Amino acid sequence: MEGLLALASGVLYAAGIYLILRRRLAQLIIGLGLLSNGTNLLIFAAGGLTRARPPVVPDGANALMDRYADPVPQALVLTAIVIGFGLLAFSLVLAHRVHATAGSDDIDDVGRER
Amino acid sequence: MRLLVLPILVPLTTAAVLILAPKRPNPQRWISLIGSVLLLTSAVLVFLRVNAAGVQVLQISAWPAPFGITLVADLFAAFLVVAVGLVGTAVAGVTFSGLDPRREAFGYHPLVQILLMGVAGAFLTGDLFNLYVWFEVMLVASFVLLALNRTRAQMDAAFKYVAINLIASSIFLTALGLLYGATGTLNMAHLARVWPTMSTSGFDTVLAVLFLIAFSIKAGLFPLFFWLPASYHTPPAAIGAVFAGLLTKVGVYALVRVFTLLFHNAPPPLFTLLLVMSAATMVIGLVAALYERDFRRVLSFNLVGHIGYTTASLSLLTPAALAGAIFYVLHHIVVITNLFLVSSVLLRLRRTTDRAGLGGIYRDHPVFSVLAMVPLFSLAGVPPLSGFLGKLAILKGTFDAGAYWVGGLVLVVGLLTLLSMGRTWADTFWRPADTADLAAPGMPSLIVIAALSLVTLAMTIGAEPLFELVSRGAQQLLHRDEYVNAVLGGLR
Repeated sequence: MEGLLALASGVLYAAGIYLILRRRLAQLIIGLGLLSNGTNLLIFAAGGLTRARPPVVPDGANALMDRYADPVPQALVLTAIVIGFGLLAFSLVLAHRVHATAGSDDIDDVGRER
Repeated sequence: MRLLVLPILVPLTTAAVLILAPKRPNPQRWISLIGSVLLLTSAVLVFLRVNAAGVQVLQISAWPAPFGITLVADLFAAFLVVAVGLVGTAVAGVTFSGLDPRREAFGYHPLVQILLMGVAGAFLTGDLFNLYVWFEVMLVASFVLLALNRTRAQMDAAFKYVAINLIASSIFLTALGLLYGATGTLNMAHLARVWPTMSTSGFDTVLAVLFLIAFSIKAGLFPLFFWLPASYHTPPAAIGAVFAGLLTKVGVYALVRVFTLLFHNAPPPLFTLLLVMSAATMVIGLVAALYERDFRRVLSFNLVGHIGYTTASLSLLTPAALAGAIFYVLHHIVVITNLFLVSSVLLRLRRTTDRAGLGGIYRDHPVFSVLAMVPLFSLAGVPPLSGFLGKLAILKGTFDAGAYWVGGLVLVVGLLTLLSMGRTWADTFWRPADTADLAAPGMPSLIVIAALSLVTLAMTIGAEPLFELVSRGAQQLLHRDEYVNAVLGGLR
């Protein structure tokens, strides 16, 4: 399972970086989204995968004794998803305004004076 | 110590009040000025406490250290938080001499406060993931501030700035994920204790390079700085002042933090890499500054070049060099903020900061010119001003560490800065010109510039006690025990 996640994360990174190197605004933004999702998967996988063992203390016990899934990476990923979502939404709006201002979605055209 | 949360809470409250307050200029300006002064006051209180009683720690909600979020202030962080308050107050002050009304109605003031909160939070946090979150807070605010206008140049700048910063954040987050996977903690003090026992040199290098790339983008180190001069001169100069004064310094701070706490045992080539990057930053930044003709672009490239001074000193990891770096960062925050504010006055006087439209300022405004002279020549490193003292300290640090070629480079770059600033001074203030002023300079701006110039003079006159403090700060950074024990207490 770790191997699969690592592979998926790697593919997302590669696709993200490829898209970031394109000049179109939309592709760049999709690339950024893929990159941040690749990172999220990486954090999730790096924290270790434990199946079907929630970190909940059972009745009658004081602490978790057995192996359990580490909740911290999940909390980290959740935070990162929320932040990434907000930033992605912002950059979409920004790209829209850039397009409206410059009349082009080629990033090199935007800086050039008409 | 509960006080530690104030530099974060005060700007947050101010921003909330500003959003609720009437959107007319006067209430907005006064509230943000009062809020910024309160921020400065709380920062000074934190500083005094850290100075008197050593590293201060606040465990949020009383969760003990590696489990909860920790706020920590050592001398370096406390110094920088005071600088945040100072820059915030200065920028709130200059809005009194006028601002684009649309911008002001669309939330300029609350955004600046959120930005200040993000920066203060980044300086105070003791947790790497929390640092990432503060980075994002600061970035979102800066994105909106940069994009609050629809001119083509500004759109271009904003988009590049957003894209490069999102990439940097992703790299930072990747490093965090790998680090957590290896150690199971992201508390910086805990990492400082755990990491040396479990790091292997290969993994150490991978992580250190990831952090280096992420923070170098934020700090603006060669070859990752090209976004900075492309964006910092486009927004109004007051926003440029906050960005220039604080944002790159957060990158420098993060570099200092991870390299002193986590990677001080990293393989030496890593430090050589940082040193070479810093050296290239200094030279290329200043050569580019000489090529530029626009006052604000000259400043942007000077900003880039001088970041190299501090990171070059960091890469040596000796007490003298680090003390020089801290001194230089503080001097640079005050001076570069002040110069961007000077450029805002120039912009008001002549509607441009390009060489062609400037000149004759000394003839028309002798008082303003003398005020502007202090930061200009301090940045140039003219004795006895604070820039000279900072450079002297860094020079001494590099020579003591045996890095003679870096020392030589610092001298050469110092000369280039002198050339760049001297020419800027001659072009802007001395050169005769028949262009007439389009508006008055604005009294509030002049008062703020005078106040910041006074701070520079105070740093010059009080250099000896200040230097003692930064030396202690450097010792704290290098002898991690005080920081680590303050956060973790007796925990093993």
